[in-house]
Amino acid sequence: MQRFSAFSLFRQGLDRQKGWKNQWRKPDPKPAYDAIVVGGGGHGLGAAYYLAKVHGIRNVAVLEKGWIGGGNTGRNTTIIRSNYLFDESAALYDHALKMWEGLSQELNYNVMFSQRGVMMLAHNIHDIQVFKRHIHANRVNGVDNEWLTAEEAKDFCPPLNIDPNVRYPVLGAALQRRGGTARHDAVAWGYARAADALGVDIIENCEVTGIRRDAAGAVSGVETTRGFIASQRVGVSAAGHSSVVLDMAHVRLPLESYPLQALVSEPVKPIFPCVVMSNTIHAYMSQSDKGELVIGAGTDAYTSYTQRGGLHIATETLAAICELFPQFRRMRMLRNWGGIVDVTPDRSPIIAKTPVKGLYVNCGWGTGGFKATPGAAHLFAHTMARDEPHPINAPFTIERFRDGYLIDEAAAAAVAH
Amino acid sequence: MLIIPCPYCGERPELEFSYGGQAHIDRPLAPSDLSDEEWNSYLYVRANPKGRHAERWRHIHGCARFFNAVRDTRTDHILATYKVGEPEPEIPA
Ligand SMILES: Cc1cc2nc3c(=O)[nH]c(=O)nc-3n(C[C@H](O)[C@H](O)[C@H](O)COP(=O)(O)OP(=O)(O)OC[C@H]3O[C@@H](n4cnc5c(N)ncnc54)[C@H](O)[C@@H]3O)c2cc1C
Ligand SMILES: [Zn+2]
Repeated sequence: MQRFSAFSLFRQGLDRQKGWKNQWRKPDPKPAYDAIVVGGGGHGLGAAYYLAKVHGIRNVAVLEKGWIGGGNTGRNTTIIRSNYLFDESAALYDHALKMWEGLSQELNYNVMFSQRGVMMLAHNIHDIQVFKRHIHANRVNGVDNEWLTAEEAKDFCPPLNIDPNVRYPVLGAALQRRGGTARHDAVAWGYARAADALGVDIIENCEVTGIRRDAAGAVSGVETTRGFIASQRVGVSAAGHSSVVLDMAHVRLPLESYPLQALVSEPVKPIFPCVVMSNTIHAYMSQSDKGELVIGAGTDAYTSYTQRGGLHIATETLAAICELFPQFRRMRMLRNWGGIVDVTPDRSPIIAKTPVKGLYVNCGWGTGGFKATPGAAHLFAHTMARDEPHPINAPFTIERFRDGYLIDEAAAAAVAH
Repeated sequence: MLIIPCPYCGERPELEFSYGGQAHIDRPLAPSDLSDEEWNSYLYVRANPKGRHAERWRHIHGCARFFNAVRDTRTDHILATYKVGEPEPEIPA
């Protein structure tokens, strides 16, 4: 691997930047691997990296039907936080947040993780109660989250309007200072480069079309658009397409796939210092390092695989942003797109073994899995390598729905993303 | 935005409707007789197909009635709508 450093940048500068090589190989698939990861998003690439790095399983392939990072990894609004209500979730998301804090160094790749703070606005008494409950629960779990008065919120985010005479006045806010954003593509590329350096084959344009099983019912490999590839250990990390891939092994999941949209504005000078989310008005916003305002909200109403969504949903989101930040009314939007998110009934993910031997699944991250990328990847690799979950992901099984052990972040009224 | 043909009112914009999820899931007549596995399937497990999906819609801002639709989730084209209680129509490929 060609390592990046201030010195290598300087040397390449002298060489007129002509010495950079491809950062990962483009190998053809081998006939067999010790482990296969289906899905080349951040979660899948990261899982392959940790299989090689932590567990010494280096004969690994990541199979991606399109191009790496072309799914939700490259489509999401990159909000990272860990202030979830329940103990299981706090442990899971804070595990990821701690890994984010060292990820650029770990990968020798700048993922532009920026702990600029994630602020959730309270507009009514219900919001105040829910957020304070979250803050107390988070503190018990060692997760930072603090209450700000309206004035303190404005100090932290000067564009905020805290006039009490508006339709949705800001009564206060919950702030997680360790939260923030990261560069989504860099996460995919950084993991791909680091995994490749450890011997992992990253194979793009290779769609898994079937899961083959032996006489005993265990996984023996996958059919793909580039032929059959054998492996007794297959981990599926296919986000919105998890139901489709797992159906190939007749594993049925408690998932529904919805389009989720986002928008970015024309780029402007730095004006927005943190991430602001409003549950009640139903929109959130941050500013990318390129200067675009990055805007999103909730999913479309119906299940779909179109990666599009309806224009009226985006219109409602913008109306909410204009309500909250009237000073941005005249900004023009540059791009609007959708991704397909796999939603569980309790809005918590599944990182687990399946009833099929040798088949593992990491799914159900829905509208909020980017923040978990390093943690999910690390725990999924553990589960695949040891054939048993890590204590942190042990509660996040498929069977929790049958057994009544839901981790109900949906009912906890935590915001999406 | 989808244009949805309500079986009672005709074509109307999606804004007039609310979505009700997968169709033809009957509430068990005797829930306490179900195994945990069956109850799990009824409550939580969904087909979530990439392709044809029979689903419930409600014309909430129109006649307010429930009906069913067959929609292709790859394109969002609505292939048929039909009244509650009617079987899923056979549609040639
Ligand atoms: C608009 C939008 C905004 C979001 N905002 C946030 C946010 O602010 N914060 C946050 O934490 N999360 C957010 N999310 C959610 C987050 O993006 C996802 O939870 C997360 O990216 C899932 O990670 P992944 O890497 O597994 O997914 P993906 O990047 O989607 O990876 C899955 C990959 O599997 C591939 N695949 C599918 N089927 C097959 C097959 N049969 N064979 C081979 N490959 C296959 C796909 O092509 C895809 O590349 C957002 C999502 C969207 C769509
Ligand atoms: Zn009607």
